[in-house]
Amino acid sequence: MTAYLTGAAGILGLLFVVLFGLLMVVLRVVKQPQPGRDLRPLRAFSRLRRAVNLTVESGQRLHISLGRGEITHPKAAVAFVGLSTLERFVEITAVSDRPAVASAGTGPLGILARSTLHAAYKAADQERRYRATNARVTGLTPFAYAVGTMFITEDDAVAANFLVGSFGPEVALIADGSSGHDALTVAGTDNIAAQAVLYASADEPLIGEEVYAAGAYVGSGGLHGTSVVVQDIFRWFLIAAMVGGALFKLLGGAL
Amino acid sequence: MKMKAPLATAVAMAVGLLVLVGYFIPLQIFTGLRMLFLQWAVILAGAALVVGVINLSQYHWAKMRRRGPGRLASAVLIVSLWGTFALTLFFAPASAPVQWLFQAIVIPASIALMGLLAFTLTYAAVRLLRRRPGLFSVLFLGTAVLILLGAVALPGVGPLPFLSDTLRPWLAQVPAAAGARGILLGVALGTVATGLRILLGSDRPYGE
Repeated sequence: MTAYLTGAAGILGLLFVVLFGLLMVVLRVVKQPQPGRDLRPLRAFSRLRRAVNLTVESGQRLHISLGRGEITHPKAAVAFVGLSTLERFVEITAVSDRPAVASAGTGPLGILARSTLHAAYKAADQERRYRATNARVTGLTPFAYAVGTMFITEDDAVAANFLVGSFGPEVALIADGSSGHDALTVAGTDNIAAQAVLYASADEPLIGEEVYAAGAYVGSGGLHGTSVVVQDIFRWFLIAAMVGGALFKLLGGAL
Repeated sequence: MKMKAPLATAVAMAVGLLVLVGYFIPLQIFTGLRMLFLQWAVILAGAALVVGVINLSQYHWAKMRRRGPGRLASAVLIVSLWGTFALTLFFAPASAPVQWLFQAIVIPASIALMGLLAFTLTYAAVRLLRRRPGLFSVLFLGTAVLILLGAVALPGVGPLPFLSDTLRPWLAQVPAAAGARGILLGVALGTVATGLRILLGSDRPYGE
């Protein structure tokens, strides 16, 4: 891995990140997005929200699986989205007899899940309901994690599984375990192979960047709404750059 | 409103900014700090692994003591986990007994699960048409079948002509690669947005 970017690539990269961040802040100040509004409807999140509300009434649980992303790697980003949604869902289900449970495949994510759960219960003034074992490290190798996680659905009366993290194709085992117990599975990941597998095995697969918009759809607040808008702006910019570059090359230009 | 974890937020923002600047600006002071923070993160991740193992043991110990269903599996897990740990401490990770454990138990178990995955995926593919009938499901399954047929050599026939040398490479290199790149661009933008939300203190995945 290169230790750093040099020359034009470094300057362009920094410019990209600074512009991205500035736009997020400016849009947040100028226009306060309303949770659920200004977003295209996604069936996965509608079903997930409904299932979360039902868990409180039916005495069942919600399970969020955070995957196996290392925190020193960009793969952890998708798990951080999972932690934001976990916080939000705990706020909704805090009074439930069966609180939400989170699973992780690495030690750091396990600690972060535990810390997020504790903070969410504290914020909801329901600290007495917090159980440290509701945030679990279920395995430390890909298959050990998948097998350990698939039994959560059975052992903990889970009604909905939200798989949001870095997974490999072994995630199909978790999705299969979930559907075997008639639990809803909403799943998204950053891994292409796992996305293909989830398209076939999850009830509601999230494709590409849809998973990163989870916070905006479940009403996590903060910069979640505006970051979705900025992602769209930059996507159009990238599309224009790619089409422009292709046309330029086609017309005989040298880059 | 009381701000959640102000010290942790300040540390996360400062360290995140320095690591980011160290990636884009090749000045010794920034790159040095970036490498130092990354090394600390790796050491902390190692310590967190031990916490994770303790967490895993705690849960299964409690499950074993409840005498409910699955207590035998929990007992097997605890015995194998701490047995392997003791064995590795006593001999060494590269010693013959530990290597034997790895090669005779861990690898075959993973391979067996990989085999199971093939059946799981086949079953999921069949269920897909029932669960989400539609053009895209048919397209997904049709492509998967064509790619699989193009990858195998049938007995007495060998690789299927046209399918294995023309259609399969075209499917993999043109529409599949284009789709994957599009998805990866979306993933990259999402990763940047998530990182910036943490850097700006909007998301605090460290909780408290």
